[in-house]
Amino acid sequence: MKGGLEARDSRLERRSSQSLFPSLLLSLPALLFFALFFVWPLIEIGRVSFTPSEISRGETPLTVFGDPQYLQVLLFTLWQATLSTLLTLALGLPAAYVFARYRFAGQRLFRALAMVPFVMPTVVVAAAFSALLGPRGALNTALQSLFRLSQPPLALTGTFSIILIAHAFYNVAVVMRLVGGFLESFNPRIEEAAANLGANRRQTFWHVTLPMALPAIGAAAALTFLFTFTSFGVVLILGGARFATLEVEIYRQTAQMLRLDIATSLAILQMIVTVLVSWVSTRLEQRATAPLEAQAASDLRKPPATLGAKGLVAGSLCMIVVLLMLPLFTLFLRSINFEGDPLRYYVALNENPRGAFFFVPPLAAIRNSLLFALVTATLSMGLGLPLAYAIARGKLTLLEALLLLPIGTSAVTLGLGFLVAFDQPPLELRTSVILLPVAHTLIALPFVVRSILPAIRAFDSRLREAARGLGANAWQVLSHVDLPLLAAPFIGAAIFAFTISLGEFGASLLVARPEYPTMPVVIYRFLGQPGAANYGQALAMSSLLMIVTALSVLLIERMNKRVL
Amino acid sequence: MKKIILSVITLLLAACAAPPAKTNTAPATSAPSQVLTVMTHDSFAVSESVLAQFERENNAKVTVLKSGDAGSMLNKAILSKDAPLADVLFGVDNTFLSRALNAGIFESYTSPALATIPDKFKLDGENRLLPVDYGHVVINYDKAFLQEKGLAPPASLRELADPKWKGMLVVQNPATSSPGLAFLLATVAAFPDGSDYTWQQFWQDLRANDVYVSPDWSDAYYTQFSGSSGKGPRPLVVSYATSPAAEVFFSEGKLTEPPTGNLAGTAFEQIEFAGILKGAKNRALAERFIDFMLSQTFQADIPLQMFVYPVQPDTPLPDVFVKFGQPVAQPFTLTPDQIDAGREQWLGAWNKLVLK
Repeated sequence: MKGGLEARDSRLERRSSQSLFPSLLLSLPALLFFALFFVWPLIEIGRVSFTPSEISRGETPLTVFGDPQYLQVLLFTLWQATLSTLLTLALGLPAAYVFARYRFAGQRLFRALAMVPFVMPTVVVAAAFSALLGPRGALNTALQSLFRLSQPPLALTGTFSIILIAHAFYNVAVVMRLVGGFLESFNPRIEEAAANLGANRRQTFWHVTLPMALPAIGAAAALTFLFTFTSFGVVLILGGARFATLEVEIYRQTAQMLRLDIATSLAILQMIVTVLVSWVSTRLEQRATAPLEAQAASDLRKPPATLGAKGLVAGSLCMIVVLLMLPLFTLFLRSINFEGDPLRYYVALNENPRGAFFFVPPLAAIRNSLLFALVTATLSMGLGLPLAYAIARGKLTLLEALLLLPIGTSAVTLGLGFLVAFDQPPLELRTSVILLPVAHTLIALPFVVRSILPAIRAFDSRLREAARGLGANAWQVLSHVDLPLLAAPFIGAAIFAFTISLGEFGASLLVARPEYPTMPVVIYRFLGQPGAANYGQALAMSSLLMIVTALSVLLIERMNKRVL
Repeated sequence: MKKIILSVITLLLAACAAPPAKTNTAPATSAPSQVLTVMTHDSFAVSESVLAQFERENNAKVTVLKSGDAGSMLNKAILSKDAPLADVLFGVDNTFLSRALNAGIFESYTSPALATIPDKFKLDGENRLLPVDYGHVVINYDKAFLQEKGLAPPASLRELADPKWKGMLVVQNPATSSPGLAFLLATVAAFPDGSDYTWQQFWQDLRANDVYVSPDWSDAYYTQFSGSSGKGPRPLVVSYATSPAAEVFFSEGKLTEPPTGNLAGTAFEQIEFAGILKGAKNRALAERFIDFMLSQTFQADIPLQMFVYPVQPDTPLPDVFVKFGQPVAQPFTLTPDQIDAGREQWLGAWNKLVLK
């Protein structure tokens, strides 16, 4: 009896050590990538930052952490990120449910359009919000003429509320895609079973659907939290000058004060919080994961039949139209020239009357943006899929928790890290164009992994075992079992990787050779000089960015049907 | 759906067929024998033909590295001083001059072209940083807005503290914006410490007058200022003395008069410098590039590319500058040493006075 138990134990041990090895092997490419492009630059910039020089007084992080001034900034940063995440979840979860469970006209288009805000440059979004909600914006003007008011009734410019609204504007898509993709992959039959057992719709939702989706909700919440925690442009521009996040303070200390010791200390603080948040969410997700039966559920979507269902669909679409589409539409309106040729600013994009050296034909900017996005998507899916499987198989909890670090790392600090780390051959990459997709991938890769992990984990492994039992090799299992059944989360991840690059996440502070300007670069360039033509062309380019984003998303979703 | 897919594919193909963003401007007949790298800030602009002339005359290829705003650029130059990224750096202004010089990243070069440049622009006795252009940061006002309200433009900086201008002014945060810092320096120069009305009092009054603080020029000018195409809510904004001229220039012939004007008594002078970086790979070519930046060809190109003024006094200005974009007669100034000594303390005090 005793001997039998021991034998079983050792067998178990052997099995776990066997499965750990392939897991490490699978994660090796991604780990090397992180070591080279993330860990090393950070170590280098840390070394330089804490050595006294013209740009550092050599203060240690501990002294900086002890300064109540920065503690206040930290608290504000946490507070706004928490509220922003809650608001984003409140708006995004119903929409995620609606898109996964109901079928209605224009569904694909709406879902693609919901992705567009994610890539828009903050200056442009601020202009859109101001055009809608500012003192002379459409809403105030309408209210004023309606109620004959002498003063604009809504004062949102430079307030805390507008920061939260803008964060929701940017991140609702994260919740919709992540949670929606998860729900789509898993069979609603379990929900039907609950209904057959007498549960009403509400009970089914609270006791079956919601608990089932918890891991995906956790992942979406963690990613939204980190995006808003490291928010720079939104807080800086929409919040006005009264609000400062850690990222804003890091930029200020770097670019204006030339105090790298303080800047890097604050970046370390940001990373500590990121690891804590990530650890908590990892534990919660793992605990909440239940094995589920996967099925390509798009065919199981039903048209909304009851009044409540119709209301839910209508409400979600309303949210998308009002929160996401309306600001984008005002931008588009402003790109139209109402005095003369309406498409004047679009035509002007292609002209170079001043013979400017840095002129970029719009098609070249579009091509560059798409090219970088394609490289980023390929790189992050190529490294991310094996990593996700490795984490799920080998239960690499620590790795999973550390994975979100790049998203929570200051782009300013990392950009300077690249500069110090890659200044010697053979890695003289400081000014190389390679660093652009690399920087995008650093953000996209964790996103990809965290967004597909919940699905991979919940995926009932008996299906894989059955396939293996029938003689399928690992690749066949992946391409014939996992890929078709988990298509929605995978496609969602690819879309995010692509759009993270289109939106130039985390790459704004690299040393750039202007040979490969992207769409956001062109927009910023026009907004740097005064005059109607510059403003018009900036908004024309922004409108092109919206169109390119929506079309790309539709195209990638299309691959879902074609390839798989 | 088919149509959409087709149009995407067409767009992609068209994009791929588009000419490369930057063609090599050197003549194809003789391959350039040397390369010059210029590090600069994101606002740097130049005509293609002007740069091509330098490349042709020196049988060289010029590579430009854009490195963020002026402060970020300086940071990057200092960080990479052991392995310099470039031969020449352009874009350090008088507010960062002392910091840049103290970092010891530049080599002296007494260009012969300096002879004709007025002494007031030469702020470095050792000629490690040489003046290239200057601009006047000044408050712009929206003519139509003030006319409609029956207001005459404020006659002085001090008048902005008058409750009559409540809720009308937009400034940039001096901690994140270079015109914002220049305007703070104008107020420090106008209402010095120890006078009976100090700049601190002035900013307190501005705060009481509901001044709006934008993080950067673009947001201030396009989103908050009523005189721009963005049609914001406020009629006064910190911008440049050339902005009214730019409004006419970029109206594509629609405007013959600028919609905005300058408040002359509010200007601060910003001077931009170029220098040869220590460890430059090609010192001789770097010298020639500095000479070129100070030559008639480059200097005459500055106004309509960067919307600032050339430092060579006999450079002809374009018509639109002559009519609407003249420099201000008596801008406020502070010496680089004054700025270096006061910057941190002023920014700290400003932050408490205006934002807390």
